[in-house]
Amino acid sequence: MSRLGAQLAAELRVTMRNGEQLLLTLGIPVLLLVFFSTVDVLPTGMTHPVDFLAPGVLALAVMSTAMVSLGIGTGFERSYRVLKRLGATPLGRGRLLAAKIAAVVVVELIQFAVLVPVAVALGWRPHRTNWALALAAVVVGTVAFAGLGMLLAGRLRGELNLAAQNGLYLVLLLLGGMVVPWSKLPGALRAVAHLLPSGALSDVLRDALVSGGIRPGASWLVLGGWAVVTPVLAATLFRWE
Amino acid sequence: MGDPVEVVGLTVRYGDLVAVDDVSFTAAAGRVTAVLGPNGAGKTSTIEVCEGYRSPSAGVVRVLGLDPAADQRRLSERMGVMLQDGGVYPSARVADTVRQYCALYGRGADPGGLIEAVGLTHRAGSTWRKLSGGEQQRLSLALALAAEPEVAFLDEPTSGVDINGRDAIRGIVAGLRDQGCAVLLATHELDEAERLADWVVIVDHGRVVADGSLSELRRGFDEIRFRSGPDLDVARLAQALGMVASKVGADEYVVDAPPHPRLMAQLSTWLADEGLPLVDLRAGAQRLEDVFRRLTAGAPEREDRA
Repeated sequence: MSRLGAQLAAELRVTMRNGEQLLLTLGIPVLLLVFFSTVDVLPTGMTHPVDFLAPGVLALAVMSTAMVSLGIGTGFERSYRVLKRLGATPLGRGRLLAAKIAAVVVVELIQFAVLVPVAVALGWRPHRTNWALALAAVVVGTVAFAGLGMLLAGRLRGELNLAAQNGLYLVLLLLGGMVVPWSKLPGALRAVAHLLPSGALSDVLRDALVSGGIRPGASWLVLGGWAVVTPVLAATLFRWE
Repeated sequence: MGDPVEVVGLTVRYGDLVAVDDVSFTAAAGRVTAVLGPNGAGKTSTIEVCEGYRSPSAGVVRVLGLDPAADQRRLSERMGVMLQDGGVYPSARVADTVRQYCALYGRGADPGGLIEAVGLTHRAGSTWRKLSGGEQQRLSLALALAAEPEVAFLDEPTSGVDINGRDAIRGIVAGLRDQGCAVLLATHELDEAERLADWVVIVDHGRVVADGSLSELRRGFDEIRFRSGPDLDVARLAQALGMVASKVGADEYVVDAPPHPRLMAQLSTWLADEGLPLVDLRAGAQRLEDVFRRLTAGAPEREDRA
């Protein structure tokens, strides 16, 4: 097996065998999608809540894998000295990073393979969908969230990193227009929400999946900005030990 | 061609703290070299410079002719590393981890064979967090062996390991040496240095205080050690023998001298004349422990020196 392949397999084993990670990356998105689609309590302003929820939950899936799952895993690898030990093998940082990115992509594919059929079963009928734009949104969003997750993982100690990632996840979920529409947020909070990567991703994803990407605008700029700034900061500030 | 590990004038500073102070030594191929010293003596800092994890504040370190910090990638292909603790994800399994490292090093090492060599075959399906301290150490050692290394750095390889595990680890270290690997290990345990190492570098407060083969180190410190009455007058004993004598315990005494029969006779005669007992007499080369105590403690055990 190649070095990259061996490391990718190790990354995936850690993710797939970890109950909390699976709950985060699959359990919660599926639960939110099913619950709020069938129990119509959210003020989505739509006849079928699933039309609002499906794109939002796909954005949530990207955030949970690229930011929280990657960030928590990497943070613990730092405290358990896994990264240090790998540093004394011929793997190299480039291949380590490539293996982590590939593992995130694999998990996202599994998430979409589960979430899209569930959404369709709940009555979601995407129309006027711009798939290329949706894919681009997922890629840029993955970069932005991975940068954020790695930034926290590279600076904070194990348990603190865990708490910060989970706290940030909740804030970005609630303010990100993923399950709660922006229109229901008070004015000042809404202004902040528009600048968050979660809000930007769910906005461009919903737009691409439902409206054919006719209204790109500000959210693309916000998402693109996060995708440039967070990886650069993470790469600059990351501490290996 | 120099030795696989050459350390010359190594100094490591953390802010104002000097952890390693002008340390020089070499580790030869086919030899186990122990860096022995109390906790905080600078052992781990020294080893981490050799492994390429940190750069020296001053001095030069060459491992297999390479600068470890600048060439860690190239060096890593020929270097086995065992960290003081951790290194493996808690939920990772033994067999998976060994297979992963065999692939990362790409030297064609056989994972099953390595697991067997470290005695973990029955634990191959266990996760790291379920292993005992000793089993974790043995897994770490297996990962170092996956490199089929020319040089191996082992930081406290037997700490927290039970008797059987220690035997296994000693056997593996001896095996590495016999294959021509230069093994450099750090330990604060004298027993381990004595059992594992061919060559000992004793460090204290960041400085090398002795460096040599075990027999050389022991030879330099001949002594006669015995126990007697608590009130023995060391000044008069020293005068009688014409040698330095010291009280090193409640009723334990040391005379700094090689164990000549004539001196032994003088000692027992003097004790007999004083009406004092003679118990636990031991003469000749000291145990490494005694050498170490003397060198690292600045002889604080000598309460009353004459």
